[in-house]
Amino acid sequence: MKRFKLVAILVAALLCVAPMSAFAGKLVIKGSTTVLPIAQKVGEAFMKQNPDVELSISGGGSGNGIKAIIDGTTDIADASRFIKDKEVKLAIEKGSYPVPFRVAYDCIIPIVHPSNTVKDLSLDQLKGIYKGDIKNWKEVGGPDLKIVVVSRDTSSGTYEVWEGKVMNKERVAPSALIQASNGAVAQAVAGNKYAIGYIGLGYLNSEVKAVSANGVVGSKETTLNGAFPISRPLFMFTQGWPEGDTVNFLNFVLHPEKGQKLVEEAGYVPLY
Amino acid sequence: MAFLNSRTREKIIKNIFFGIALACIVTLGLITLFLFMEGVPIFDLVSVKDFVFGMYWYPTSDPPDFGIFPLIVGSILVTILSATISIPLGVMSALYLAEIAKPKMREIVKPIVELIASLPSVVIGFFGMVIVAPFLQHVFDIPTGLNMFNAALMLAFMSIPTICSISEDAIYSVPTALREASLGLGATKLETIIRVILPASISGVSTAVILGMSRAIGETMVVLMVAGGAAALPHSLFDPVRPMPASIAAEMAEAPFRGDHYHALFATGVVLFIFTFFFNIIADMIAHKYKQTGDATL
Repeated sequence: MKRFKLVAILVAALLCVAPMSAFAGKLVIKGSTTVLPIAQKVGEAFMKQNPDVELSISGGGSGNGIKAIIDGTTDIADASRFIKDKEVKLAIEKGSYPVPFRVAYDCIIPIVHPSNTVKDLSLDQLKGIYKGDIKNWKEVGGPDLKIVVVSRDTSSGTYEVWEGKVMNKERVAPSALIQASNGAVAQAVAGNKYAIGYIGLGYLNSEVKAVSANGVVGSKETTLNGAFPISRPLFMFTQGWPEGDTVNFLNFVLHPEKGQKLVEEAGYVPLY
Repeated sequence: MAFLNSRTREKIIKNIFFGIALACIVTLGLITLFLFMEGVPIFDLVSVKDFVFGMYWYPTSDPPDFGIFPLIVGSILVTILSATISIPLGVMSALYLAEIAKPKMREIVKPIVELIASLPSVVIGFFGMVIVAPFLQHVFDIPTGLNMFNAALMLAFMSIPTICSISEDAIYSVPTALREASLGLGATKLETIIRVILPASISGVSTAVILGMSRAIGETMVVLMVAGGAAALPHSLFDPVRPMPASIAAEMAEAPFRGDHYHALFATGVVLFIFTFFFNIIADMIAHKYKQTGDATL
């Protein structure tokens, strides 16, 4: 976490010194599909305010984004993870200097049907349920009902967090129901007293019941202070210290009233 | 055009039509080519046999598994199940409309059936998800209403109007002389329908059935929303399945461009294409075999 703090301080410093001026130009953003909705939402608003800057935003995955930053083929790389040591080495070899900016948090909340009496599940219990080892709610202190496991498709960013933080390299059982979006998971769980699912914090509504994990209730606060176990920071990397349009865009993303508001709209946890 | 004689005009028109048809065929050909070009690279990674008969679909795991057998089985089962619901209902309602219903009734019902055929699949999927799924779950006391049976019901609901409307056209166009001859020989209305009308229109009816079924196997939205999406072999009618189109639709958006996962999804599309291709060949063969030429072949 030390690295993250350092980054946050640097970002704050940048916010103070960077002048807001409009340059005409083209800005390329690519990388994580998890961060993509943020980049798109913020990008739209940014282009409205800076009509002379042309943004090109695309997905492709965190690895692709970071590779593009190292090769200098993009201005900003979206990443749903931190840069790996291997990638840092490669960057140094190539004489480039990727700089990380934490732009938001991804926080995934386990949910059940409102009638379910289960309030808390440990990470081990969640893993057991999703592996298919725990098949009945009474095994985890709930009603005597079969558990219906609802998961996201394996390529979603939400699934990736779940796999990383809960499954710990194990696989979700193939018999799990798959839904293609956070909304569909919430819908499926809301209408089914047997079901358990997981969704991004931004998609939580009154029709489903949030379950705490390891005794911690998932919220903006517990995500920001690091207490909630199923969350991760999201990044944008730049090639060297950002200048010009790049720094303007990042300032916009990190602005509490501008970009961060849109982060919340996109279903993620804003930095403040 | 006045300065051109009619023969030149004829030629120009003919060439314009030829050009348009050619453009269509070339476009379709290129799409197919693209499908294969994007799908084939996955076979450097897994063998065709492991891809088609592999039991596990974990395209993003490390190491990944690209086995689409449960997906193929899901697709086939859902299609068969929906066909057993939709073929009798579709063909029988077509017979009713063409042979039994009063002209006034027909005039009201036929447009309604055609209207149902044009319902957007996302609407039907949503209906299946929020109305039918809880209903099934309640009635049969099963863990989830998002399952193979629900998907088959919704697909049948989609293909019945297609089957009904096309079969009705085929049945309606059976020459009146056949009907009159049969009735004139003293056959009852029911006998006429079963022994004369249906065999005479079998080519059109079977085309309708196959079209309805290929709509069901290629349908994406409904199966994505109500089939449940579990990439495992189902053990009962009420187990969730993951038909191929659902898998492609769910994952395509987040599969890295030209990555292994992307190629695997295109390869799944190739398999699906081969399936619908065979459906169409079968439809064509049946249509040719039972082609009705005049009254004599019955």
